[in-house]
Amino acid sequence: MASNIEIERQIAAREYKAGFITNIQSDTLPPGLNEDVVRFISNKKGEPEWLTEWRLKAYREWLEMESPDWAHIKYPDIDYQAVSYYSAPKSMADKPKSLDEVDPELLETYNKLGIPLHEQMALAGVAVDAVFDSVSVATTFREKLKEAGVIFMPISEAVHEYPELIQKYMGTVVPVKDNYFAALNSAVFSDGSFVYIPKGVRCPMELSTYFRINEAKTGQFERTLIVADEGSHVSYLEGCTAPMRDENQLHAAVVELIALDGANIKYSTVQNWYPGDENGKGGIYNFVTKRAVAHTNAKVSWTQVETGSAVTWKYPSCVLKGDNSVGEFYSVALTNNYQQADTGTKMIHMGKNTRSTIISKGISAGKSQNAYRGLVRMNPTAEGARNYTQCDSLLLGDKCGAHTFPYIESKHPSAVVEHEATTSTVSDDQLFLCQQRGIDTEKAVSMIVNGFCKEVFKELPMEFAVEAGKLLEVSLEGSVG
Amino acid sequence: MIEIKDLHATVEDKEILKGLSLNIGPGEVHAIMGPNGAGKSTLGNVLAGREAYEVTGGSATLDGTDLLDLDPEERAHAGLFLAFQYPVEIPGVSNLEFLKASVDAVRKAQGKPDLDSVQFLKLAREKCKAVNLDVSFLKRGVNEGFSGGEKKRNELMQMMLLEPKLCILDETDSGLDIDALQVVAEGVNAMRDENRSFIVVTHYQRLLDYIVPDYVHVLANGRIVKSGGKELALELEEKGYGWLEKEEQESGAE
Repeated sequence: MASNIEIERQIAAREYKAGFITNIQSDTLPPGLNEDVVRFISNKKGEPEWLTEWRLKAYREWLEMESPDWAHIKYPDIDYQAVSYYSAPKSMADKPKSLDEVDPELLETYNKLGIPLHEQMALAGVAVDAVFDSVSVATTFREKLKEAGVIFMPISEAVHEYPELIQKYMGTVVPVKDNYFAALNSAVFSDGSFVYIPKGVRCPMELSTYFRINEAKTGQFERTLIVADEGSHVSYLEGCTAPMRDENQLHAAVVELIALDGANIKYSTVQNWYPGDENGKGGIYNFVTKRAVAHTNAKVSWTQVETGSAVTWKYPSCVLKGDNSVGEFYSVALTNNYQQADTGTKMIHMGKNTRSTIISKGISAGKSQNAYRGLVRMNPTAEGARNYTQCDSLLLGDKCGAHTFPYIESKHPSAVVEHEATTSTVSDDQLFLCQQRGIDTEKAVSMIVNGFCKEVFKELPMEFAVEAGKLLEVSLEGSVG
Repeated sequence: MIEIKDLHATVEDKEILKGLSLNIGPGEVHAIMGPNGAGKSTLGNVLAGREAYEVTGGSATLDGTDLLDLDPEERAHAGLFLAFQYPVEIPGVSNLEFLKASVDAVRKAQGKPDLDSVQFLKLAREKCKAVNLDVSFLKRGVNEGFSGGEKKRNELMQMMLLEPKLCILDETDSGLDIDALQVVAEGVNAMRDENRSFIVVTHYQRLLDYIVPDYVHVLANGRIVKSGGKELALELEEKGYGWLEKEEQESGAE
């Protein structure tokens, strides 16, 4: 019997194609969190004194804070002393100077994931920073980008090479004590990407960071900072995967975007962390704080496709500080089996004539719970501001849940806020029509779900829109019939 | 071609088909008429394999293949096509994408080579013209916001693309004005050939003026109670169905 169950489990889990483990030797800090651990991480990265102090301050703040309990998610209390806060492949200890010096096992890992790090094999027009557990393995096309004046490098290196930019901007959008997970991240963040686009420059390539958790019992705490100077343009994409493990692993990231006057930042996420098995065992706890500040005439657009993680807690937001600034949030969140997602956005309108658009598509299957949570706030200064929100939920089956928690605060009489919401299912009639035309149910469901998400997918860079469609198909396997 | 023997079927535990038998040869057009609630639509749904319909007895074969053993999509692959009375909308999925998926799946199952996107688009545009639909309908969501007539023509276009062996038209005339009816009938007539058979389910004789059947059957109380040539339709138009039901009750009492 036991072996049958095991086979079934493997079949059900087989569909998560990124679930393999890379066998390498790692330097992994023993589990536990205290000031010494914070100092150890800071020391490991050779950080300046101010940053060590910044981390320690965050750690002390975190100790005083409590884990938020308002989200529509349930999970056992996380034992923060059971998590390891730093893990890096041993081969990375000497900081390889070129790809030739990087452990072939690591390069192979990214090949398997479809992200070749050799520039000649890489996807044309996309530069990649590859983060493996707590360190960046490689960043492609750095030289080419440098010619355009674009800085794209691991944040741990930027701390040394561009300390003035880091010190000026880090923690200004998401303050250290913004929330429990942001404070934790500020104390123990290990790596992530830093991007700076100079004035008036249109970044010549797509930038992307690929996050991979590999080591067992570790958390990943990355930090991304993107500064787009006046009148510049950048499109950035992040992807993430992890091996299949029976225990839950923690991921708590912070992303800060700064769009100065007239700048344009497009930030896309394809989140495919291991979601746990069909019985809800294992999977990543994904607690992420993402926020942008848009100055005068600037535009920030968040697009996310969230298919992975056992628990997702994530609200990419825009502070529309400058007049005429624009914020957008396009989201597809899919939950299957026992996954839980509580995700949405905050649009804080401060400037005059600021505009925001929110398009959220939630798909729930299996026994999952999927919540949209959003805040639209029109401040007293937000004269003539407008928001349009559309929240659509699609239910597959009758054991899952879809929830919508929209909050609207309008403090200016000229502000206009529109909210539309729908809930639908894939009907038997629709499925039967497809079947009668020769299309099997799995293909039919994936076609219908993709159709439901079309408005969001069209916001993704083209190569990734196709990937996202396929990802939905894989994530839904076994959810019908 | 298709042989239906003593078919019994229930919906939500209520028996709708009560021993229906029907043989249709290649190239024949059979009209099924009958009063409301006789089981006309049930017949099409049962043959196409809709889940809510449970077959409790009898058999149905298409060219010797046991239809009742197949999943609905496999029946489509075997060449069965059901044109729906109320075609459902699938928002967000473009008609073209849907048609391509459908034709790809059926051709694959039938061992025919794939059509590439360019070939397919050309073919789809051709069929659009044939049913008098603007090609812009290919870009719209499946049946999304289509009028009743446009939906029926869209069904007909799908039928033309799939080239089925057996076409079942389920009250295709309902909700159509006379012009649309003519377009649909012309389309069907153009598809008639010696290998393709049709079951035309209808309430009214009117459709049969345009699609002239080889045989007319009256379905009442879950069975075929009378069969005849095309003139039977005219007789029904004149007399209604009451006399047949009465006849059937009397014969049952003997």
